[in-house]
Amino acid sequence: MSLVHETDYGTPASKSSEMVTLTIDGQAVTVPAGTSIMRAAMDIGTQVPKLCATDSVDAFGSCRLCLVEIQGRPGTPASCTTPVGNGMVVSTQTERLKQIRKGVMELYISDHPLDCLTCAANGDCELQDMAGAVGLRDVRYGYDGENHTRQAKDESNPYFTFDPSKCIVCSRCVRACEEVQGTFALTIQGRGFDSKVSAGMAESFVDSECVSCGACVQACPTATLSEKSVIDIGVPEHSVVTTCAYCGVGCSFKAEMRGEELVRMVPYKDGKANRGHSCVKGRFAWGYANHRERILKPMIRETIDQPWCEVTWEVAIGRVASEFKRLQARYGRLAIGGITSSRCTNEETYLVQKLVRGGFGNNNVDTCARVCHSPTGYGLKTTFGTSAGTQDFDSVEHTDVVLIIGANPTDAHPVFASRMKKRLRQGAKLIIIDPRRIDLVRTPHIEAQHHLPLRPGTNAAILNAIAHVIVTEGLANEKFVREYCDPSAFEHWAAFVSGPQNSPETVGLIAGVSADAIRGAARLYASGKNSAIYYGLGVTEHSQGTTAVMGLANLAMATGNLGRPGVGVNPLRGQNNVQGSCDMGSFPHELSGYRHISDDATRAMFEKLWGRPLDAEPGLRIPNMFDAAIDGTFKGIYVQGEDILQSDPNTKHVQAALAAMECVVVQDLFLNETANYAHVFLPGSTFLEKDGTFTNAERRINRVRKVMTPKNGMADWEITLAIAKAMGFEMPYSHPSEIMDEIARLTPTFAGVSFELLDKVGSVQWPCNEKAPLGTPVMHIGGFARGKGNFMITEYVPTDEKVGPRFPLLLTTGRILSQYNVGAQTRRTDNVIWHEEDVLEIHPHDAEERGVRDGDWVKLDSRAGGTALRARITDRVAPGVVYTTFHHPDTQANVVTTEFSDWATNCPEYKVTAVQVSPSNGPSDWQREYAEQAEHSRRIAKVAAE
Amino acid sequence: MSGTLDKLVMMANQIGKFFTPQRDGDPVAGIADHLEKFWDPRMKASIVAHWRAGGAGLDGPVREAIGRLKEAKRGAPLEAGR
Ligand code: SF4
Ligand code: SF4
Ligand code: SF4
Ligand code: FES
Repeated sequence: MSLVHETDYGTPASKSSEMVTLTIDGQAVTVPAGTSIMRAAMDIGTQVPKLCATDSVDAFGSCRLCLVEIQGRPGTPASCTTPVGNGMVVSTQTERLKQIRKGVMELYISDHPLDCLTCAANGDCELQDMAGAVGLRDVRYGYDGENHTRQAKDESNPYFTFDPSKCIVCSRCVRACEEVQGTFALTIQGRGFDSKVSAGMAESFVDSECVSCGACVQACPTATLSEKSVIDIGVPEHSVVTTCAYCGVGCSFKAEMRGEELVRMVPYKDGKANRGHSCVKGRFAWGYANHRERILKPMIRETIDQPWCEVTWEVAIGRVASEFKRLQARYGRLAIGGITSSRCTNEETYLVQKLVRGGFGNNNVDTCARVCHSPTGYGLKTTFGTSAGTQDFDSVEHTDVVLIIGANPTDAHPVFASRMKKRLRQGAKLIIIDPRRIDLVRTPHIEAQHHLPLRPGTNAAILNAIAHVIVTEGLANEKFVREYCDPSAFEHWAAFVSGPQNSPETVGLIAGVSADAIRGAARLYASGKNSAIYYGLGVTEHSQGTTAVMGLANLAMATGNLGRPGVGVNPLRGQNNVQGSCDMGSFPHELSGYRHISDDATRAMFEKLWGRPLDAEPGLRIPNMFDAAIDGTFKGIYVQGEDILQSDPNTKHVQAALAAMECVVVQDLFLNETANYAHVFLPGSTFLEKDGTFTNAERRINRVRKVMTPKNGMADWEITLAIAKAMGFEMPYSHPSEIMDEIARLTPTFAGVSFELLDKVGSVQWPCNEKAPLGTPVMHIGGFARGKGNFMITEYVPTDEKVGPRFPLLLTTGRILSQYNVGAQTRRTDNVIWHEEDVLEIHPHDAEERGVRDGDWVKLDSRAGGTALRARITDRVAPGVVYTTFHHPDTQANVVTTEFSDWATNCPEYKVTAVQVSPSNGPSDWQREYAEQAEHSRRIAKVAAE
Repeated sequence: MSGTLDKLVMMANQIGKFFTPQRDGDPVAGIADHLEKFWDPRMKASIVAHWRAGGAGLDGPVREAIGRLKEAKRGAPLEAGR
């Protein structure tokens, strides 16, 4: 194994279709017009010396090292900023060029600390490389002149160091922050000799606007910006390409290693989801894998008030099997079930559902996608015929109008947000529908044309009002509708949305948005050449989540914004493998590829291959499992990699349900909140310790590759196999690739997928089969998967969760950039410096009315329960609305949320809870009791020395 | 909201509210199909038992849809759920 080296072409690729031929050092080369001479030279393997150019950012032309001579032109132009021309004859190496380059390098080196041998970048430094490339042997100016070599380091960022003494002021970092990340945190201050890189207004990195994405560190050619892990451990010696295990963007990374020690994660340029970019989580927040709280040994206990007892794998697995068998014998076949995780691989998810259906003999298997994007599956399948987003991420490069609803991409899908921001800076227009003023409403060089700060719970109404404007103002694309959609469904829908109850004037009053703003947004969306919708959990997690997804699909169909790049309906999936866990058949009513369990032919296929009869009746969904547990008919559960107690709504209800079960089996990295109610704990493995695949929000199947031995002894898929075997259901796999082969055999949309193909082409987007052997970036081209597009009636039904005198405010929840969901991982990294606790955002007006000051502890109460946290006063939220995150178990935001849920899928209504806020002295009694119970439950018995 | 049955009644009515205005001539069939396809047997059994016992709180079309479930047709349908 060796390091995966990626070629730096010096400047970005040109997208032109016109080709130009020129001669470089006597060799003919043909490249797209607009390509730089530097890049054209690299195409034929000639690296022109360079320092300030790198292919992730536009050329700047400041270092003067990349000079070339062009026949018939005077001077020595910079090859990074000079585009190719037809018939050009270029020399990259002449006496004159050699002398100039040496001179340039001499100047750089005379102002550079010569501690190469002990420098963290030794062997990985472009300045060193260039000194070698230009043949620099001595520096005439000496090293004693005025220089920058004694400047203090900025160590404020937990993950990287800024050592200005090594800076050559090439501005690659500044441009990366602007062009790649879109944050504009860095500037070059001063001029000439005094110029230097500065974060914000001469602040430290951590106090600046910096979001710690790492783009500048990656762009820096010297050791000025270096990962602290490289400074600590040394430069890596081999690397493996794998996929980030945090969010649904699915960024590809090179895991750069020394032996089995991870040195750093570097975004992979060939990664088709991220194109070489990353965010703070995937790039830096992997320290949890070695955190001291990680559990590495299986544990059991009789009752949840006992301490845990460490046991062997055999004993633990034996206990799971005997308990599950006992429960089925006593309470019936349907008394147990399993929950798969959107954090685990496709293969692992598939195995858990196979264990439940084949081994437990029922369909009580659900996935945590239940509580996030299940309405997406139902809504898009009903309207388009496929339970998935329509585009790839590249599509945004062709978009003219971006409509974001109920999503906060800069925090939750940061790398995609950066790509979107790039397009917006190029002039695409922006509509945001969100109760909160999310960052994208106004961010450097971007301002939304329309922000509709609607009242939580009124999405369906607003979408109907937008449709009303489109239909009544004649903005619908009738040609598209006639050609691709069911005409009578359209007529019926058009008549419905045209009704007075859906006019912007009526809906505006309900949603708290001006009719003009609704009309403006509707006209902009309908008139964009390519308009694309991006949405998140702010759409799905409502009692009308599915209705709103259908509402979005209706808008895209009515305006013809489907079936080509630049358009579409794009769910931004929360966790890394939400799409995959849904695809893999871990819903209680569906087998892989979204085929209903009652379908005899499909069931027969699985039965034949698995050698087990399958139940044709759907099983319980997660919330139904809790209800059945409380009713006494559901007694045992196997939870792989999900913390249902912290992440599901109405914590007290979930607590009661878990407490009512006789055997709760938790498989996870840490003793999470659910484990406080568990009888068996099976230590899980991290994404660095196993092979498999994740499927991201654009249906892209990416490889996860093992870079180290599982510290707990087994990869997660092996644990499921062991349970199945102990229950008498053998699953003979020796490697996850064989599991994927089985998935491909049984699932038409995956028929062409194999590890072999993925290793060869990098990644593919399903459907990937005979018709599309390399996958399908854009869906529904030339017609919908279901045949004709289906317009659904999306009548607005107000939620039953209503404000009143006791609970006058509406709470909505979300996440922030540095933390991830329940925080089990990110809370165990240095990311906590950015978010130590969940806080409650409240409008100044509401705060004043309650005598609440910024930073005060406040009580947050709803009909379901109460908690306490600190208040942050901000006008990001509208009056009447409060907002918090759910990353910390100490707050347990979900003790407040209710069990109201989406009508079609039971996806909980996290986004709307009627609450009251009042001053408080600190954590509530419930929080204190909860913390005590958790501490008590996490005790591990000391094993007596033998 | 208390108890699983109350929740089931509420969920069934929510489903009814979606299907009632749809274009297809028979929204009741849509409701019944949804319940058949997404509710686990014990949920269906309890809503049918509730329907047999008079179906308090169930909206009209939902009531009718529950009567069409396989579970309701099993055993004596009686004149329940009216
Ligand atoms: S880490 Fe990212 S946001 Fe921070 S300065 Fe570097 S490029 Fe900009
Ligand atoms: S910090 Fe690095 S990338 Fe930025 S100007 Fe200095 S040397 Fe160039
Ligand atoms: S954007 Fe998502 S997938 Fe990419 S590095 Fe960040 S968390 Fe990982
Ligand atoms: S690389 Fe071209 S001027 Fe620096």
